[in-house]
Amino acid sequence: MTLAAPLAPTLPLIVAAALAGARSFGVPRRVADTLAIATSVTTTALSSSLLIGSTHGPIVYWFGGWRPLPHGIAIGVGFSIDPVGAGLAVLAGTLVTCSLVYSWHYFEDVEALFHTLLLVFLGAMVAFSLTGDLFDLFVFFELMSVGAFVLAGYRVEERGPLQGALNFGVTNTVAAFMILWGIGLIYGRTGALNMAQIGQTLAGRPPDALVAASFLLITCGFFVKAAIFPFHFWIADTHAVAPTPVCILFSGVMIELGLYAIARVYWMCFSGVLHVDAGEVRLMLVVIGSITALVGAVMCFAQHHLKRLLAFSSMSHTGIFLIGISLLSPLGLAGTAVYVLGHAGVKAALFLCVGILLNHFGTVDEVRLQGRGRRLPLVGILYGTGGLALAAAPPFGTFLGGDVISTAADRVGYSWIAVVTLASAILVGGAVLRSAVVVFVGTGRGFDAFYSTRLGDEEPEEPEVRRRLPVFMIAPAILLLVSGAVVGLLPGLASHALQAAAMFEDRSYLAASVLATGAHPPSPSSPAMPALALSDLYHGVGSALGALLVALVAIHRARIPRIIRSAAAPLLTAVHGLRTLQSGDASDYVTWIMVGAACVAIAFTFGLHL
Amino acid sequence: MSYLPYAVAIWLLVVGLYGVISSRNLIHMVVCLGVVQSSTYMLLLGVGYRFGAGAPIYYDVPLRTPAVDPVVQALCLTDVVVEATVMAVLLALCVQAHKRFGSLDPERLRPLKG
Repeated sequence: MTLAAPLAPTLPLIVAAALAGARSFGVPRRVADTLAIATSVTTTALSSSLLIGSTHGPIVYWFGGWRPLPHGIAIGVGFSIDPVGAGLAVLAGTLVTCSLVYSWHYFEDVEALFHTLLLVFLGAMVAFSLTGDLFDLFVFFELMSVGAFVLAGYRVEERGPLQGALNFGVTNTVAAFMILWGIGLIYGRTGALNMAQIGQTLAGRPPDALVAASFLLITCGFFVKAAIFPFHFWIADTHAVAPTPVCILFSGVMIELGLYAIARVYWMCFSGVLHVDAGEVRLMLVVIGSITALVGAVMCFAQHHLKRLLAFSSMSHTGIFLIGISLLSPLGLAGTAVYVLGHAGVKAALFLCVGILLNHFGTVDEVRLQGRGRRLPLVGILYGTGGLALAAAPPFGTFLGGDVISTAADRVGYSWIAVVTLASAILVGGAVLRSAVVVFVGTGRGFDAFYSTRLGDEEPEEPEVRRRLPVFMIAPAILLLVSGAVVGLLPGLASHALQAAAMFEDRSYLAASVLATGAHPPSPSSPAMPALALSDLYHGVGSALGALLVALVAIHRARIPRIIRSAAAPLLTAVHGLRTLQSGDASDYVTWIMVGAACVAIAFTFGLHL
Repeated sequence: MSYLPYAVAIWLLVVGLYGVISSRNLIHMVVCLGVVQSSTYMLLLGVGYRFGAGAPIYYDVPLRTPAVDPVVQALCLTDVVVEATVMAVLLALCVQAHKRFGSLDPERLRPLKG
């Protein structure tokens, strides 16, 4: 166990360096493939051992043995590993393995460089989820970002990837500076960088403006990574241009890591000082999450570029994740954890299906692809099932997670959350089902006022048109979709998540374990998971049927009576207005980040008792 | 304790962000990000500075001599290294944009919108 903690993030980095160094000697493609897959499988296994080892208490590892003395101050840099962080590391490892397997046949001209970048990205994500040090969180955030920028702009010879990577790079670098400012301020106040130490120093003090400013800057910085409205604009451009194996990492785990960091920093550092304002913080974050979920769902429904459609659906889901963690209860966090796992499997499978379409037909435009998907019935079935899963249909993990989040919201008196999650699930699921019917069945019609803008076509990632479906491409998609369902069916997963969430949110217990202050308070008592009722199942089935209905209405929109259509015209204008905000210009996106941060700052000023 | 370093840090932050927002040239935009980055150096060094204190090297001086905070200096150094990487990547993308499309104007490099 003592070896697994440092090895899990460093192993992929070492292999990445070796692969990069060996590139000048010409590494055969299959050697690079095999080595990279073996590395990511090993990292996943190491992370799993950390996950199992940390279920009864956090694993603390101090680099160089710089452990704090009893009742001393933590100066050393350390990992503090809890099941939530380790679980995210396992998720990252699993998804990287899937994308490496998928790219076995994906781009033929890929060099070892691609594997190097993916392994660096993996190492950074694992370290990001395990670290217990606030400054290291920033360093790994940047390492993850640099890897992600280059991966997003991998096909740099085209205009789109250049623009997508630059927008991604500029917005996320501004975010990194906001985070660093927040860290600098909190270090000035506490003189500590270890998160447990910061929390311990701050606990019990009344909140003041400096602490609030630090929390604001760190939260808004991570909002950019998590694609929260209005910090989200990079997400569509980046997903539209990134190679498909990279998209599944961005949507499946990277944006979720942004939210994980917010939850971790809140619970480890700020919960002791901001607890008097917990109600206000909860309301603010839940409102931001709801806006994100709804805006993402509407934007998703208005897309016909399938990768952008899926990117906006991720944005909608990240809004629901934000709602789940900002309920500030173990049940909400547990629901989010289950939802993240289910979503990662389903969304990754959907991206892989879109990647297969791109490889076969050279485009991911819903209208251009109309009916052409009939040649690929298996892909169509997977894609349609994925659409139902995004609509939170049972038995998928998305259904279970969404249900637990709604229950948790009910318990803190926010029963309206159920309406937000239902509306966004119906719209997002409806969008995917609509494109599934258009592409794989062929009904529907061409461009009209519904799709207000057209995008340039994109080059296939591999120009040759394939006649058959390589097993390396379809197998990961099937496995991922099945795993999305397994997450929802696995007995005991939700109650384990609840136990992990209770530990994650118990600041004094974690601080005592990390700082080794001797007297361990008892391990947080695990509350009981509420059982699923039959009415919850009806809720999930109703949501899936609603999504189907919305999809059918959208496909047969020409047959809607004129009077209803003209009544809906202002709605279309509003959606069009929302879409023009997505200007494609990094300067505009940074402006929106500033506007969003200013709005949150105003809310803090009036909401918190400073 | 002086407020001057913090005032300078905030000034650099605001000026840099204004530059990023108003930029019409990719290189200019990346350099403005560099200005924003300098504000973080200013902040960190300001946090750790103590008047009348020496460098945190206890080679020839008694152990109780006041010294500036070495942690923020280590943070600054790390920040320089990390951000150098980020800037290098962003500048490489700019160079690529100029090489392929003969332009550094973000307006002319925008196939994606909506």
